[in-house]
Amino acid sequence: MVSTQAAQAEQTSVESAEQATVEFEAKAIRQASRRGFLMALPAYGYLVLFFAIPLMIVVVYSFATRTSSGGTALSGWNLDAYRKLGEPIVRDILFRSIWIALLTTVLCLIIAYPFSYYLATRSERVRNVLLVFVMIPFWSNFLVRNYAWRVLLGNDGPVSQVTSAIGLGETRILFTPLAVIIGLVYGFLPFMILPLYAAIERIDWRLVEASRDLYASGFESFRRVVLPLSMPGVVAGSILVFVPSLGAYVTPEILGGAKTTLLGSYVVVQFLTARNWPVGASLSFVLMSVMLVTTLIYFRSGGRTL
Amino acid sequence: MTETTEKCSVPAVGITGITKRFGDVVAVDNIDLSIADGEFFALLGPSGCGKTTTLRMIGGLDFPTEGSLRIFGDEVGTLPPNKRPVNTVFQNYALFPHMNVLENVGFGLKMQKVNKSDIAARSRQALDMVQLGHLAERRPTQLSGGQQQRVALARALVNEPKVLLLDEPLGALDLKLRQEMQLELKTLQRELGITFVFVTHDQEEALTMSDRIAVMDSGKLLQVAEPEAIYERPANRFVADFIGNTNLLEGTVADSTTVVLANGSRVEASSDHAAGTKVAVSLRPERAYCHEVGGAPSAHSTIDGKIRGTTYLGNAVVYRVALDWMELDVREENRPGMAKFEQWQEVTVSWDPSAVAVVAD
Amino acid sequence: MSSTQQMRGTTKWALNLNAVLVYLFFYAPIFLLVVYSFSNDNLVGRWGGFTFNWYREFAANDEVQTALSVSIKVAIISTLVSVVLGTLAALALERATFRGQRIFDALLYLPIIIPDVTMAVMMLLFFTQGINLLDSWFGIRLSKGVTTVTLSHIAFSISFVSIVVRARLDGMNQKLEEAAQDLYASRLQAFRYVTLPQIMPGIAGGALLALTLSLDDVVITQFVAGPGSTTLPVYVFGLIRRGVSPLINAVSVVMLAISVSLVLLSLILQRTRSGADAA
Repeated sequence: MVSTQAAQAEQTSVESAEQATVEFEAKAIRQASRRGFLMALPAYGYLVLFFAIPLMIVVVYSFATRTSSGGTALSGWNLDAYRKLGEPIVRDILFRSIWIALLTTVLCLIIAYPFSYYLATRSERVRNVLLVFVMIPFWSNFLVRNYAWRVLLGNDGPVSQVTSAIGLGETRILFTPLAVIIGLVYGFLPFMILPLYAAIERIDWRLVEASRDLYASGFESFRRVVLPLSMPGVVAGSILVFVPSLGAYVTPEILGGAKTTLLGSYVVVQFLTARNWPVGASLSFVLMSVMLVTTLIYFRSGGRTL
Repeated sequence: MTETTEKCSVPAVGITGITKRFGDVVAVDNIDLSIADGEFFALLGPSGCGKTTTLRMIGGLDFPTEGSLRIFGDEVGTLPPNKRPVNTVFQNYALFPHMNVLENVGFGLKMQKVNKSDIAARSRQALDMVQLGHLAERRPTQLSGGQQQRVALARALVNEPKVLLLDEPLGALDLKLRQEMQLELKTLQRELGITFVFVTHDQEEALTMSDRIAVMDSGKLLQVAEPEAIYERPANRFVADFIGNTNLLEGTVADSTTVVLANGSRVEASSDHAAGTKVAVSLRPERAYCHEVGGAPSAHSTIDGKIRGTTYLGNAVVYRVALDWMELDVREENRPGMAKFEQWQEVTVSWDPSAVAVVAD
Repeated sequence: MSSTQQMRGTTKWALNLNAVLVYLFFYAPIFLLVVYSFSNDNLVGRWGGFTFNWYREFAANDEVQTALSVSIKVAIISTLVSVVLGTLAALALERATFRGQRIFDALLYLPIIIPDVTMAVMMLLFFTQGINLLDSWFGIRLSKGVTTVTLSHIAFSISFVSIVVRARLDGMNQKLEEAAQDLYASRLQAFRYVTLPQIMPGIAGGALLALTLSLDDVVITQFVAGPGSTTLPVYVFGLIRRGVSPLINAVSVVMLAISVSLVLLSLILQRTRSGADAA
């Protein structure tokens, strides 16, 4: 009997609990859910206040009217701002932006694919060092990197000095669409390299060996094995380059001229100079929708990482 | 005397009517289970059978949806894991990678606010117990799989749990090491006298190590018994098939001593199923013999067939015998003078009627 | 890697050349910019002998110094806030299920994919509207300034921090937290002693990312900055648009140095961390 009591005394150190019931489980789940919600709440609240509501305000403004004094009247809702997007000036800017963004994307792809392939086929040590040297420009100040090209491409800049020294005459690239494309490629090339590298690096090289064993030539096994398997990287990289190129503002402002106004600049002008807020709002809303749709298509088609 | 019986009558783990549902999925379906103090107990079954969920509920990592869970008589079903007198050796060990071995082992004591010098002394002692005293300053990632396993064991045992839970403790080790650790775990458990409950999908491991085994499938408890009983007298077709190798000869119960097989032949097999019940006669390969046609002992049940294939295992030979309606495996130990049969040779397969078990679904 | 060995001579040669050209493309402009920042010439792209003049001017220029201090202030505050909010959000999303989780998840992704310009417009309209409302309802007179800039930076940084921390949480063995609780740790102790040390590299990475993004931003800041709250990138951007000058070279190199040291810091952090785990 004594030992039983001892055992019981020892057991009091363990708090006795209720028998499990459906209600208890439901309560436990509710508590866990509330805990999660409370942790998310600060960020959730912040983003609702400082992101979701601002986004709605943009939508509202895009249906408002510009007053003659340059103010915005939040009444007399209409689609004028959207209609204005069909006018030749805006349409030209829209097409030019798309064209430049597409060209930038294709150029990045052409440069980055062989480069990523090169990276992925190095030994691990070499690869890690090489990757660091891709990361540095990737994280370096974007404005400064664009400014560097402004210096390089200037009329008396080093590029021009070199070309005139070898008898090609001064180059006048600055303030042309070419300069903008160079700047965009320079700025966004790492966005193409990193996902491509990740996709190619993941490829099981025994598959290439298998294809060679099954009579594929080197080119054939690239075309039929490596290329299809790296497609997710191609798609992710293209979106990551195309999307910010389309909305680019800093690059065309620094490297482009008056004749190369792109969407981003046009929006900014509507707000800061022309004071036509409804048009600026409608255009930035359209811009965002394009990006959203592109991203959604990517995720729906099985893309995972951005 | 009464004291001892009374003490033994309180089970280390008492499970009554426990059910666990995850949404619409019933992971554990109304099980009752009683694990005695000092027992080495195995929860055995295929993956997804509910064995791990059962273990997690004992440890407090999952709450049961319904039912009572007692540890040495105390209801703990709704207590969080840190309030339960049990500890777990996790699958793949879950050692904290940012702490060294000694800090890993001392973690539980630190959380229980044991004073520092005691923590150090007890952790060292626990490490010595698993023969790893010399690796105390290492990081877990610097250890081999077997060493990590020992650290996990020390980390749990240093807390002197009333019940030790082990989730596939040897799953990540290679065969040689696994066999070594089986023996060691068993010895350790005997010395400490702590109740061990372990989960495994490896029937051989369960048979080797445990005092009793609970076989589970689809959330249900199929049989709880000693290893020998599980092997010799499986409760149903699933248990017979899951534990070891067996031939299941389909048939129907004719009376308490006879089963009519699917080809119409009658064999002697005792069972307590009602006449007309669809059953299978479970005939282990090592309990059957091959003979030249007609060469079987008269007391044996027999069945005729042809040798379809031979697998040479070194210590034994397994003949696959084709009957008209199914195929059988017969295992002959490789002793001097073992009878040898040719491909497609006609043979008689025989067995002692007491060596088979009759199982229903 | 067998495929490399099997590559034919010309392919291999072309790949090597392309790699060299890519690195040249990455680094030549940056290198030249650094060189010209020491050039004693009033033209930005011409070498006129070595000088420290432009850096002296950088140190002496009050406007630049004010902008730099605003930038640093905004970056530090927005990083601190977004690290706390972003980490909590990551924990909530990775370790719990709650009502409205999917909406929150989507909302958290939006600031990452939204174009800078759109976000800038959003913040401008929001703060203009908000300031007007506060004035007309409560008579509180506020104006755009360091606060609006910081609030905007937090709005985009939270998402980036939470993505980085989530990746780390996702890669972390969840059994470790269970093991801690099994070893008598309360929920809070399990977080403090196990989860937090495990996700620390992610939090540090997220913080460096938030710092970088804040120090990088031009468009959004330009829209929500008021008098006296011009950050360094916005100030430099304004200068560039009016015309280049060697002073900008020097300021740019300083900005570059800051961002490169942040990258190197994060790489070193990653290395020591993985080194400690693996060695």
